[in-house]
Amino acid sequence: MASHSSRASTDWRPTASWATLRRRAELLAELRGFFAERGFLEVETPLASADTVVDRHLDPLGLTLPDDPRRPDVGQRLWLQTSPEFAMKRLVAAGAGPIYQVAKAFRAAERGRWHNPEFTLVEWYRPGDDLAAGVSLLSELGERLLGRGPAEMLTYADAFRRHANVDPLAAPVAELADALRCAGQSWPDGLPVDEPHRDAWLDLVLDALVAPRLGLTRPAIVTHYPASQAALARVATDDPRVAERFELFAAGLELANGYHELLDADVLSERIARANAARQADGKPTLPVESRLLGAMRTGLPACAGCALGFDRLVAVAVGASSLDEVLAFPIERA
Amino acid sequence: MPSYNTSEFRKGLKVQMDGDPYHMIECNFVKPGKGQALYKCKLKNLLRGTVLDKTYKSGDTIEAADITEIEAQFLYRQTDKFVFMDNTSFEQYELNESQVDEAWKYLKEGMVCSMMLFNNNPISVTPPNHVVLKIEYCEPAVRGNTATNLTKPVKTETGAEFICPAFLEMGDSIRVDTRTGEYIERVRE
Repeated sequence: MASHSSRASTDWRPTASWATLRRRAELLAELRGFFAERGFLEVETPLASADTVVDRHLDPLGLTLPDDPRRPDVGQRLWLQTSPEFAMKRLVAAGAGPIYQVAKAFRAAERGRWHNPEFTLVEWYRPGDDLAAGVSLLSELGERLLGRGPAEMLTYADAFRRHANVDPLAAPVAELADALRCAGQSWPDGLPVDEPHRDAWLDLVLDALVAPRLGLTRPAIVTHYPASQAALARVATDDPRVAERFELFAAGLELANGYHELLDADVLSERIARANAARQADGKPTLPVESRLLGAMRTGLPACAGCALGFDRLVAVAVGASSLDEVLAFPIERA
Repeated sequence: MPSYNTSEFRKGLKVQMDGDPYHMIECNFVKPGKGQALYKCKLKNLLRGTVLDKTYKSGDTIEAADITEIEAQFLYRQTDKFVFMDNTSFEQYELNESQVDEAWKYLKEGMVCSMMLFNNNPISVTPPNHVVLKIEYCEPAVRGNTATNLTKPVKTETGAEFICPAFLEMGDSIRVDTRTGEYIERVRE
């Protein structure tokens, strides 16, 4: 009873203001209009699925679907989606044209000023799009919703050279550490300064020195991420060091992540195996290696570009909020 | 001592590194791109007052510090030593000038303060938020002027100086905010 009374008084109230929640609804209507004008079909895919995206640093919430409610721990293993990516690509492989979805996504152990374990993701795919088309669609959407002009385009390497004075693709890892040290930034104790940990160092530099300076006057789209961070993007045919992955930044905040999509099921299988090996080394459970997406890709996924937009963060930038809680009705502590 | 995992990190945590106690004054969760979760923390050294930026990855731990807070009564000052007594155990504790820091301005005999102990040794003391002090010396009051925009320095019984309205006189008592060092009001006794 004590716990009830201690969380009683104000915990039931929303953390967002009504003005923000109204603006949020307007932006959502605007977004639906944007996709409708371009002939996108709005779709819905399962939030709970037998498949899940396999990524070293994305942790889905698992659940059991019991046949017998009296034995809640016995049943089929399902995953709450970290993004609707697998299911939406299955729709594309099955012959959908351009599709989009406004979905809830779940990620374990993600809570902070700009993170909530449950959040709203807008995701879309358009068959026939390459990197340039994917980037330009994202730029148009950003312009329409944020009203801060078309995005500035720059490569990941340009962004690092400009804001951290270091070449992310060629510099020795020690130089990445130096860039952080010179800027008075810290890093986790015992993070080895060596090539196998390059991605961790790149992420530290990105977070501390690069991202905060992106999209300050108008949005910025960063393209050509290192091939080691391709996720589900294809590696560039003219430069195997980079992947055809792109991200939108506004006000120093990462808002969207897109790919010129990987089509090769064998390459995806390799990446899943690598991600699972890394998860195991990190002491985390591995995730399913077989998925219905692999089946769809073996049959043939049409060339396409896809993108996922963190809708809560977009609203935050649009209203000038200083944390995600200002745009969520009920963040996890009040969920 | 137990330790804290990154999932327990939060503002206000008292931790220990290289033998020194620290207060976590800020902790931000960040996760760049599809990268690893990081916790960017600001830690204040409770002995030196310096602030340290530290970055942790999820799963890292920090040792908890053995910090306790007790109520202690200020007894007296002896040159550069300040002597306090634990109100429940009657044990006496001595703090030096640098440990007492700004609190000396407010310390009157018998005042009950909050004292922080690290491994059972006193490291700092915090007076009540509001303290009443008698004015020992100030320039004569400006007659007939009760406006608070005219100010002057006054010296209190503790030997500290405060900026106060010009209408105050020697022997008056004032209430001050110990967190800001600012005058609040005149107290009629």
